[in-house]
Amino acid sequence: MWRSRDVISARDFTRADLEELFETAKYMEKYAKSRLDVLRGKIMAVAFFEPSTRTRLSFEVAMKRLGGDVVGFWGAEGTSVEKGETLADTIKMLDAYSNIIVIRHRYEGAAKLAAEVAESPVVNGGDGAFNHPTQAMLDIYTMWREFGRVDGLNIGLLGDLRHARTVNSLLEALANFNVRVYLISPEYLRPRAETIDYVRSRGLKLSFHTNVEEVIGELDVMYVVRIQKERFIDPLEYEKVKGSYRVAPDMLRNAKKSLIVLHPLPRVDEIDPRVDATPHAKYFKQAALGVPLRMALIYLILS
Amino acid sequence: MSRELIVSKIEHGTVIDHIPAGRALAVLRVLGITGREGVRVALVMNVESGKLGKKDIVKIEGRELTPEEVNIISAVAPTATINIVRSFEVVKKFKVSPPEVVRGRFKCKNPTCVTNAPREPVEPAFYLVRKEPPLFVCAYCGRYHELGDLL
Repeated sequence: MWRSRDVISARDFTRADLEELFETAKYMEKYAKSRLDVLRGKIMAVAFFEPSTRTRLSFEVAMKRLGGDVVGFWGAEGTSVEKGETLADTIKMLDAYSNIIVIRHRYEGAAKLAAEVAESPVVNGGDGAFNHPTQAMLDIYTMWREFGRVDGLNIGLLGDLRHARTVNSLLEALANFNVRVYLISPEYLRPRAETIDYVRSRGLKLSFHTNVEEVIGELDVMYVVRIQKERFIDPLEYEKVKGSYRVAPDMLRNAKKSLIVLHPLPRVDEIDPRVDATPHAKYFKQAALGVPLRMALIYLILS
Repeated sequence: MSRELIVSKIEHGTVIDHIPAGRALAVLRVLGITGREGVRVALVMNVESGKLGKKDIVKIEGRELTPEEVNIISAVAPTATINIVRSFEVVKKFKVSPPEVVRGRFKCKNPTCVTNAPREPVEPAFYLVRKEPPLFVCAYCGRYHELGDLL
């Protein structure tokens, strides 16, 4: 089901696709620190027009662990992009040089355009403000690994849910499962109507909240994204709410013992470092699982 | 002086009637008619209408609109009726309805949509997601657009 496929939007993947990916990723965990020579001779081109640490590194490491090679660039400096080359031309060149292309770009729809231009499969490593499908797959994989299932989980999303591309993709991917989602954010930082309408049409159960205290006791998963000061029209408003969107040990006092806290990272100050030492903190494990998950993804597409 | 506005009948072409008052120029714009094509165009604005109170009318001599063009008119004139005229007779008459897909004609209003990136060889496309009132989604960036937004 994965062979030669583009990975552009989380909407393109069914529950069966995700389950196949998760089973494969679980197998790959054994090789995440060694080498599995299954993609020898294959080359991945990494075209990161925007900065990224985790996504790019985990894709590169995943390809290398599978026995393949990596070429590419990050940041447009020093490349022909700086001279004004179009995305389409850059992708055509990379398509000729490689077997699979991973792209990150600030324009929404860049990955879709790349996939239209390239014959090799294109994987979206984050484009614009809407899509980061492999992060969503990783987020749900972490839940699946922690609980042994996804169905039945109560999942809270906390922070700026409007501008975080991971949130949009995560909601779209969660629509494949029987979960209950609590969207916790200031009213004007709720996800866009485009996303809400889609997940509702897929039957995802969700509710809106402005205060985490209302729901903290219900949650199995708390997925935290950053709230940026610049997003607030009124700086005073930011000062008023920022505390409610900062995860600290006292906020977790009324949480279930089994609650896990996830974060796509990088975090700034939305999770108190004291939370790191609690059994709730799973965000570094989540980041670590990025390698086996992406190994599975590349393997399924290229094998 | 007669109070009636007289615009001569056309021999071959299209009459777009029941355009909401003041939208005739927008209709010409979505059809890409600038006046430099050399075709005869008659434009009547703000005339009395039984149905709409006031309406605009556009008559285009020598050009029969295609079904795609007809439906695109719904973007600016959802009430419009289209009459195809041959030898001074109306041979076809229909109402506009929003198209399932619109390609190339409009720009996405999202400045960070890849279709707005300079020089990229990509044609904007929009899919209809809701008929009443019409709502489209950009095929590339996924943003909603109402018909009016597309102009």
